[in-house]
Amino acid sequence: MIEHVTPPADWVIILPVVLCLMGAALLLMLRGALRVQLWVTLAVILAVLVCDALLFNRVMQAGPLSMTMGKWLPPFGISFTADVLGASFALAGAVATLCVVLYQQGDTPEAAVRDGVYPLVLLLLAGVTGAFLTGDLFNLYVWFEVMLIASFGLIVLAGHPLQLDAAVKYGILNFLATTLFLMGLGLLYGLLGTLNMADIVGAAARADAAPLTAIGALFALAFGMKAAVFPVNAWLPASYHAPPPAISALMGGLLTKVGIYALLRTLVMLLPVAREHLAPVLLALAIATAILGPLSAIAETGLRRAIGFMLIGGVGLMLLSVAGVAPEAVAGSIAYGVHAILTLTGLYLVAGLIERATGQGDTRQMRGLYAANSSLSILFFVLVLAVSGVPPFLGFWPKLLLLQGFVGATDWLAVFTVLLNALLTLIAGSRLWSHIFWRGTAEKAALPPSPMMATWILTIVVVVLGLAPAILVEAATIAARDLLDPARYIASVGLSP
Amino acid sequence: MEPVVALLVGLFVAVAAYLMLSRALVRVLLGVVVLGNAVNLLIFVSGRLTSAAPPIVPKGEATPVGYFANPLPQALILTAIVIGFAMFAFLIVLALRAYQEMHADDTDQMRLAEPDGEPNPPLEY
Repeated sequence: MIEHVTPPADWVIILPVVLCLMGAALLLMLRGALRVQLWVTLAVILAVLVCDALLFNRVMQAGPLSMTMGKWLPPFGISFTADVLGASFALAGAVATLCVVLYQQGDTPEAAVRDGVYPLVLLLLAGVTGAFLTGDLFNLYVWFEVMLIASFGLIVLAGHPLQLDAAVKYGILNFLATTLFLMGLGLLYGLLGTLNMADIVGAAARADAAPLTAIGALFALAFGMKAAVFPVNAWLPASYHAPPPAISALMGGLLTKVGIYALLRTLVMLLPVAREHLAPVLLALAIATAILGPLSAIAETGLRRAIGFMLIGGVGLMLLSVAGVAPEAVAGSIAYGVHAILTLTGLYLVAGLIERATGQGDTRQMRGLYAANSSLSILFFVLVLAVSGVPPFLGFWPKLLLLQGFVGATDWLAVFTVLLNALLTLIAGSRLWSHIFWRGTAEKAALPPSPMMATWILTIVVVVLGLAPAILVEAATIAARDLLDPARYIASVGLSP
Repeated sequence: MEPVVALLVGLFVAVAAYLMLSRALVRVLLGVVVLGNAVNLLIFVSGRLTSAAPPIVPKGEATPVGYFANPLPQALILTAIVIGFAMFAFLIVLALRAYQEMHADDTDQMRLAEPDGEPNPPLEY
């Protein structure tokens, strides 16, 4: 039994999730009061953001932080364990969600508010944050399902046939992925007799490599489906463009990153033996994802579908370092995750504004937006440069870390993939830009103020973080060190490595 | 006892895979259910099957006495059953709504999100 009481300052680890869940419950009780829904949501997400920032600051200075529920000693009680990896992803996720909710203020019909779009957003954030902060593998599964059911609700909310079609594909494939994860989980429990992540590290080191590799392969398949890794990513371009733009932004920004997070956590930290055996397969899949994503984006004319393909290219880059773990490359993947959460959310938001200004989502019919709404062209341009990784912008630093790692490990195939992905993404982005903004003329369309403001805020965050990347690089380096040598993580839970 | 249940799990997974390869949405959903039950059985058997006493702590003791069944897989399965049931309930309603809106149960005919026969992307700027 645990006798000591968790000090109040340590509660920041659980507060982000608690606040989201309580906020969602409160919103459901206030479902008649449509006017307060938005403000309660904003207040809750602001509070979550403050908690995440405090937590991030704490784990940066004092190392991983852990809290175990229900007075049961760690391998049995469910632990929440935050290291720099989880805390930085949670912080970025909260920033992105805050901007999305600001965007929704001017872009959500009353019917959607009545149907509960805001409680669902909070539940989605709860699921995502819980997945980033939990230290228990079964608990991770539960957060995956919380996230999944909230995203189901968000994707079908207006009930348009297009959304139902998208939800069928999204729903079944993602549910299949979590079921496969559960299968791996059951086998891992049968093999090691524990589900606490800190405990698994030690137990897996003593276990037989062959069954661990099979379990690792199941995890790779399950989380690969979640993260949209080629060839199990067909659900993403089929579904992410169907819901309203703000929901696309939320899902595009957050959900695939949870898949990548789970891959890093399970394969790099928990089952390094399995990762070693699976490395050639993972490398091939990472290269295919990183190249085919932006290539498809070049051929795509639906704006948000094209952005979905750029997102997939980024997933491939993050997977590269799971395949070949050079310490800087793992840091690069983590930094890329933070960058992708912020930048992709921003890009989807701009896409929403562009669709609003032109009244459609097909870039073939869009024209002349440069003269009519020049601020949109600046936003889109900056974010495309950030996604491709052009130097002063945010995407450059993660790619630099990745390159440093792979050059250090003389992994030239990976180096070539990173560079080719950057080139293809830049081509796809500038092609979209010139089609949308460069040709013809158009009437100036009036855009609502708060979506504009939300998009500007997120873009400014991306630009500022790109100009001052020291904090990001430092955090990613610490996170990668703890992931490759989880001694501090294990000690924080109270177990011996 | 474990090998028999393991074989049963394998059979369930095979049936589920076969059903999910179908283009008919209802069959896919049946496959999802069978797969969910396969996984539940798998977790159950991974906690080892025994005919021991239930894991109940007698009065005045801190731990159960003697040889007792492993309670953790049971708790895990209970969670997984509830979650799986909720997800399946959602998916079956979704399939019904999709059928009402698109008049199709065949996933090949559900092409609203990715229409067939789109013209080529523009070749010049």
